[in-house]
Amino acid sequence: MKRLQKKHPLAIRWFHWINFPVLIIMIWSGLLIYWANDVYRIGYGEKTLFKFFPDPFYAKLNIGQRLAEGMAWHFLFMWFFAINGLLYVLYTAISGEWRFLLPNRNTLREAVQVVLHDLRLSRKPLPRRKFNGAQQIAYSSIIVMGAGSLATGLAIYRPVQFGWLAALMGGYPMARFIHFWLTIGYCGFFVIHIAQVIRAGWNNFRAMITGYEVVQDSAAGETGK
Amino acid sequence: MSDRTDEVQHKTEKERAGASTGSDAESEDAEVNSSLRRMSRRSFLWAGAALAAGYSGWRWLVTRGDAAGIPWPLRRTLEFNEKISRGLFSKGRLAATFPVSSAEEPRPNGDIGLGEDFDATGWQLSVEGLADGAQPLILTMADIKALPRVEMTTELKCIEGWSQVVHWTGARLADLMAKYPPATRSGNPPSMKEKPDELLPYVALATPDGEYYVGLEMESALHPQTLLCYDMNGRPLTTEHGAPLRLAIPVKYGIKHIKRIGTIRYSALRPPDYWAEQGYDWYAGH
Repeated sequence: MKRLQKKHPLAIRWFHWINFPVLIIMIWSGLLIYWANDVYRIGYGEKTLFKFFPDPFYAKLNIGQRLAEGMAWHFLFMWFFAINGLLYVLYTAISGEWRFLLPNRNTLREAVQVVLHDLRLSRKPLPRRKFNGAQQIAYSSIIVMGAGSLATGLAIYRPVQFGWLAALMGGYPMARFIHFWLTIGYCGFFVIHIAQVIRAGWNNFRAMITGYEVVQDSAAGETGK
Repeated sequence: MSDRTDEVQHKTEKERAGASTGSDAESEDAEVNSSLRRMSRRSFLWAGAALAAGYSGWRWLVTRGDAAGIPWPLRRTLEFNEKISRGLFSKGRLAATFPVSSAEEPRPNGDIGLGEDFDATGWQLSVEGLADGAQPLILTMADIKALPRVEMTTELKCIEGWSQVVHWTGARLADLMAKYPPATRSGNPPSMKEKPDELLPYVALATPDGEYYVGLEMESALHPQTLLCYDMNGRPLTTEHGAPLRLAIPVKYGIKHIKRIGTIRYSALRPPDYWAEQGYDWYAGH
């Protein structure tokens, strides 16, 4: 028998969907800024395996020669990113939603099981909970990463007034380095997140918009509970 | 984690009792479907409205009139951020300093205002907007070197994103200003220590040919690490680094470190700034 089950609170759906375009604008304007000094790469010694970013990438997205514009966008949308993120954390803390999100001592073991399952290496069924261990780790890490972006961003933005923060981040160049890699981290998160959402299907995706998920009660014992 | 509290209130009494026959189950499923449709329609309408609002907001922003290289709402935001930054600014808060041994030669990034037609030996500094007299004061290198000599090793941070530790030697702009004080807004005699707020609130610096120019607000000009430099890394400045006199101002991006200073003008109005006219933040402060 079908029934509707509340999954995501209204506030969290808004925070999530506001964050999505805001983060895209932050990454885009960040690219406009990064282009002016694009020094990071993957490699060892003199050998570069991948340079961030190849010229065709810049050309395709029209990134070059737009530093001033990038900074102006970045320093407007940083406010939306910060305020939306802080409200999300506050809401999660006050509403008790954190209980679904925060990892505990079973999380890691469960996360490994989820990954094995998703890679088709294990047939054990996934835990039937709002967020499984892998999700708990992912969604908690992304908040830590967001806080990291704010801290390193502030350290780069006002490195004298927030000199203590820049020092805490390992200095100005290191703060910029971390700021960059956190952004690459978001892109990685995004790819996996989208893949998982597609796998999980329409019912799961719809729940992030309507708040409700259709659950199928198969056993009678579960229904009457 | 009980589902009970989260259960939707769309259930029939029958369903709650759990006594469902085949046909009842079907009608209940139909009811779930219809309430799902209703909620989905509402939520997706909201989503559509939010999407449209977001898109219109974006279109609105990108179609606003130009304010020195960027849409005016972005310029206003930079000014808003500046207000907050100036509120947080403390003259006592110093930029990090480094061991002299870590100093290296920075990239000579800009040559605007450094035209060929220049005789460094005949160089003079013109100081304008002084408390006493409308005439510009003409200073020589001897006058600058007569001010207390200050050395510091700080990080030069280019607005492009790179940074470089540099050892600077020169005179504090604050010391020059104390010796040759700016006029006041009230017209009263200036008092650098007691009434800095009465001074003309800005300082404008320009190259002799006027091609490159920067503006500073008074707090940054008076910051103890704001130096008029004649030496860099223990040697006299080279032409490409701004000989004979340039600014080192660690509370600002590199764009404010004007080379080959020809004039210093105290100003009541916010001075024009070369890069601020091209879309950059006028404040460009740290």
